[in-house]
Amino acid sequence: MTLTSLAMAAPPTPNSGDTAWVLAAAALVLFMTPGLALFYGGMVRTKSVLNMMMMSFISMGTIGVVWLLWGYSEAFGADSSGGWIGNPFDHFGLHGVLTATYGTIPGPAFVAFQVVFAIIAVALVSGAIADRAKFTTWTVFTVVWATIVYFPAAHWVFAFNKFAANTGGWIANGGFFLHGHGAYDFAGGTAIHINAGAAGLALALVLGKRLGFGRDPMRPHNITLVMIGAGILWFGWFGFNAGSALSAGPLAAGVWVNTLGATAAAMLGWLVVERLRDGHFTSLGAASGVVAGLVAITPACATVTPIGSLIVGVVAGAVCALAVGLKFKLGFDDSLDVVGVHLVGGLIGTLLIGLLASKGSPNGSGTQEGLFYGGGFLQLGVQAGAAFFVLIFSFVVTYIIGWLLHKTMGFRVDEQDEAEGVDQTEHAETAYDFGNLFSGSRIGHRPDHPIRTTNKEEVDA
Amino acid sequence: MKLVTAIIKPFKLDEVKEALETYGITGMTVSEVSGYGRQRGHSEVYRGAEYTVDFVPKIRLEAVVEDLDAASVVDVIVKTAQTGRIGDGKVWVVPIDDIVRVRTGERGEGAI
Repeated sequence: MTLTSLAMAAPPTPNSGDTAWVLAAAALVLFMTPGLALFYGGMVRTKSVLNMMMMSFISMGTIGVVWLLWGYSEAFGADSSGGWIGNPFDHFGLHGVLTATYGTIPGPAFVAFQVVFAIIAVALVSGAIADRAKFTTWTVFTVVWATIVYFPAAHWVFAFNKFAANTGGWIANGGFFLHGHGAYDFAGGTAIHINAGAAGLALALVLGKRLGFGRDPMRPHNITLVMIGAGILWFGWFGFNAGSALSAGPLAAGVWVNTLGATAAAMLGWLVVERLRDGHFTSLGAASGVVAGLVAITPACATVTPIGSLIVGVVAGAVCALAVGLKFKLGFDDSLDVVGVHLVGGLIGTLLIGLLASKGSPNGSGTQEGLFYGGGFLQLGVQAGAAFFVLIFSFVVTYIIGWLLHKTMGFRVDEQDEAEGVDQTEHAETAYDFGNLFSGSRIGHRPDHPIRTTNKEEVDA
Repeated sequence: MKLVTAIIKPFKLDEVKEALETYGITGMTVSEVSGYGRQRGHSEVYRGAEYTVDFVPKIRLEAVVEDLDAASVVDVIVKTAQTGRIGDGKVWVVPIDDIVRVRTGERGEGAI
């Protein structure tokens, strides 16, 4: 039973500084989901803005509930399966967690920090199926996908042995084919970004292309929203990465700096590619570069040096800028580039750790160094194994879930509803009131002596 | 009576409105419209995908004027809205049979 494992796990009193930081970081990460709603919402057309934002928003509702019931326990409860899954009944309803201490923080602080990861992981997937999903089916999907795909993946990656439970997941602790060498994934390059990216690809294939994909211009309707969203994501991501230290000290601070460095470099990388290829620096490119950099540094932020973070960032920005064009060549409608940004960015960050991991990183002297620092191929192999296992698992299982929901409930709205717009047909709302012609104009002066001489009547208007 | 309809660049609206008021026109109706002429649209790039935007935002300004004023009103609009670059728009004039002021029921030129 877990009470014994809890008693063994940690010092009796939590550290107040660590607790304060983790609680604040959890709130920062929750704010990322409305940020994502803006980022995604600005990129769709006016007829499906609210639906796009709601697909992110609903995740805060469904996953918030599911997490307290069985999600937390499934991800971090006692594991008797050798690193695959926590027991969902162990801490059902957070039984036994409120009084526990994990590491130097209270149990509920850890619960809070991890639920916001689950919420945004689910929300990320929705970008692949913009404009065409049945909202009811999406809502059911969030619960099913979290339960079957995300919670297990979170267990593999985030559940360290003897932290919340004696036995944790296989990726974090080097189980299964990793032979004792845990993969480095500090804040979720595999469990969140590769996972969500592969799931997005699967759903995009199950639902099929939007009406007019490749023919109609599906221009982002409001890039101002996209840029606000990217700003909120960057802000929240400091909680995501630096909060993953689960303590308020040098590790968190080092991670914070790396998160800044990679993101800045990625914005530049993306913009340079655009300037060379298309001739312009676009604002959508700047916002996308920011997100690509954040994604790539997520797994790597603790195990690379500040210089390493700049390399991770610039590579992610440049490669993702090229990768978002793939959907047109390969013919799948990943509407908002979940694959091109999250899957590709997640892979870049996770794999570059195998080259760039260094003892000069925030993680310090215990780090298994990467190929470029004389550590050989060991860590690169471990990183690749973890990354591609998660990718294939997520793609296959998500495809099956999506296909079953599509065959039973129907995952896609009918053609007429799609053409009319899912805001009206799925939500009975529209994002904008187009009834008002102008927001105002300069106050003009009526002339005292008009040039015109045929005016016979003074008008009292 | 004539109906003068002008399609102009949106940023020219305030200038044209002031010029018409200075001339002595007492009312007009304005709408936001989209369209293209010989200048066609323009191209935009989003995440590397290029789109041509055919319909360019324009303002349609309409005013009913007395027959004697029509030519001058057209001149005022053309002079004010002209930038000399493509996409400046068009102005046209059509005859009007009747016009009624809804508030008072006045008809004809008195209702302009």
